[in-house]
Amino acid sequence: MTRGEKRELTAGLLFISPWLVGFLALSVYPILASCWFSLCDYSVLADPVYIGTENYSELWHDEVFWQALRNTLVFAAVSIPLSTALAIGLAVLLNQPVPGRGVFRTIFFLPSLVPAIALAILWQWMLNGPVGLVNNLLRQPLDLINRLAGTSLQPPDWLNDPSWAMWGLVITGLWGAGNAMVIYLAGLQEIPAELYEAAEMDGANSWQRFMHVTLPLLTPVIFFNVIMGLIGSLQTFAVPYILTNGGDGPGRSLLFLATYIYQSAFDYWNMGYASALALFLFVLILALTWIVVRFGEKRVHYAGR
Amino acid sequence: MRQPFRLAPLAAVAVLLLAGFVPAQGADNPGKITVEFWDKWSGFEADAMQSVVDDFNKAQDKIFVRRLNVSRIEQKMMLATAGRVPPDIVNLWASNLTSYVQNNALLPLDKLAREAGVDESAYIPMFWQLCHQEGFLWALPLTPSVTALHWNKKMFREAGLDPEKPPRTLEELEEFNNILTKREPDGSLKQVGHLVQEPGWWMRDMTHLFGGSVWDGGSKLLLDEQPSRDFFAWIATYPQRFGGDAMNRLRGAFGNFASPQNPFFQGRVAMIMQGVWMDNFIRQYASPDFEYGVAPFPIAGAPAEAPATIADTDILVIPAGATHPREAMEFMAYVQTQPAMEKLCLAQKKFTPLREVSPDFIRNHPHPYIRTFIDLANSPNARPILALPTLTEYSNDLNNYVNLLMLGKITTDEARQTMQERQQKALDKKTARWNRAKAKLLAGWRSSL
Repeated sequence: MTRGEKRELTAGLLFISPWLVGFLALSVYPILASCWFSLCDYSVLADPVYIGTENYSELWHDEVFWQALRNTLVFAAVSIPLSTALAIGLAVLLNQPVPGRGVFRTIFFLPSLVPAIALAILWQWMLNGPVGLVNNLLRQPLDLINRLAGTSLQPPDWLNDPSWAMWGLVITGLWGAGNAMVIYLAGLQEIPAELYEAAEMDGANSWQRFMHVTLPLLTPVIFFNVIMGLIGSLQTFAVPYILTNGGDGPGRSLLFLATYIYQSAFDYWNMGYASALALFLFVLILALTWIVVRFGEKRVHYAGR
Repeated sequence: MRQPFRLAPLAAVAVLLLAGFVPAQGADNPGKITVEFWDKWSGFEADAMQSVVDDFNKAQDKIFVRRLNVSRIEQKMMLATAGRVPPDIVNLWASNLTSYVQNNALLPLDKLAREAGVDESAYIPMFWQLCHQEGFLWALPLTPSVTALHWNKKMFREAGLDPEKPPRTLEELEEFNNILTKREPDGSLKQVGHLVQEPGWWMRDMTHLFGGSVWDGGSKLLLDEQPSRDFFAWIATYPQRFGGDAMNRLRGAFGNFASPQNPFFQGRVAMIMQGVWMDNFIRQYASPDFEYGVAPFPIAGAPAEAPATIADTDILVIPAGATHPREAMEFMAYVQTQPAMEKLCLAQKKFTPLREVSPDFIRNHPHPYIRTFIDLANSPNARPILALPTLTEYSNDLNNYVNLLMLGKITTDEARQTMQERQQKALDKKTARWNRAKAKLLAGWRSSL
């Protein structure tokens, strides 16, 4: 290495040093420390005591952990397809050349700017069983059905009924679909118009054009959004935590892995166990992301390839 | 010559960063030692505490107490203490003590309190007892509380009950409950006499209504014992009588505790277990013609010879590693003096943990039932609040199982047995942790006295 190259390297390292220091201190060190703490009984206040794999064995036998894991996976499995479909649907509609398109785009994007805490408090009231806005909208059609069919259907008690609480959260999550919608809109505008013209000349109707032109060419964007959605939904914390007033929801139906990590570390003072849970979540996200990349990428159509 | 100038921006950044870590000692009060006081109160309760702090700051010229309102104070104190930057004084709850003591997060106060002239004889025994663990004094009491039955007199009158005669046994409470409960034409609940989960803050302590506790005070949970069985059986009568779904829907419409939508103020629940502070909220949020009474909460079986209650107290502690423990104790001892304590308790409309009160304290007290609370605090049937080392885990689990029980998704035996098994494991873990550290910690604390 010449003197000039050395100087350049030093300058380069110096320039990226704030990031390097941050990365080492705020990412690498906590991850390594978590690995160690997961093998310890550690209350945060007292020194960690090595206990081998006891935390992992406890995790295996902990029914609350399994429930939190089940809730996390179910939420991801339900919310990702729904929010993806909604965001694509909105993007396609808002990509149509209609008057006031910009205004509509803004209106649909705005809810995604609402902070998670405000969003959760807002939906806490919207989903309230007896007095919520959602049930007020549902009540009339249900009354009509009840009169016609002689049934006794009632709107669900979203946040107090274990069978409905997860759906309440999924609906709350859909409120933020505007964010992905903007990315899909950008993706839609990248699709060459001549492909639509060619399809039209071949006699394809609008549904066929959507299925055979729009969707394939949108797959890189869908792929990106699905991976980000997967990581985000596996880490879901703030909204269910606020929706349940810091609890687990009825019958622990809104207890997620991230919430359980937080409870174990800061409410129960079991940082060792929380570290084991966190590492499990880390491996889970890594594994699921790998699976999506491994099997999903084959179906992604990159125009440049 | 050029090299130092090149490094100058970096040096400036470093200086700025370091400046952030340097405590601003006495910056606002030169010549005085600043005592950092983390307080959990807000609103008018915080104003009352600040007024006492201001009096102390004016009364002497060596110490300045800086009060800071801190939310989720238990967690923040834990993290600050672990990070070795704790405040000097923290306002906690007595039920927090066990966890902090067993993790060596507090300073034993026996010696400091003795030197400051704080003496056991000045206190109502229950509240002095609540400040102790393992034979050491860890806290000084602040405003205490005891639970009592609060009932809505208008609802009693409308249901044909004598508004001046509250139930005296749990069986009577449930009879009244049935009379006071009303349904809408569609079968949904319009109002109820009593709900275990409203507000449900003391569910973990409610075994005392059946003459027992869920914890032996050591390493064993007692959910298999008769009082716990009776407690779960009592809870199970609620979904049987009112319907789990109907109760859930009624509760879903309840507003926040500190709001006019509080179900007690709105006439949705006629009888609740509450503490001395409830009068403040009634004055603030209930309609001006709201009529209520306060009496000992009834227990199962024959009326108790002495009234039963659950006693708790706000406490002041000095975290381990605090910078100014002596100065902190000086302020804490000041708060324990009769005039300061009475000023605080009058402003917060509570009673004091001190045995003696001035004649004016009772005479001028704005709470119409303050005497009832003082009698309850002095009752031989007053029980200290549950101070399990696994309190939060236990409470979360209990809330979950009671919820499932109310929805009919689990039987009482399943709920009780699963809880016993799960929570005993959690307690075993904490007991093992404590046993590992106990001998060394006890020796250390003894030597510090």
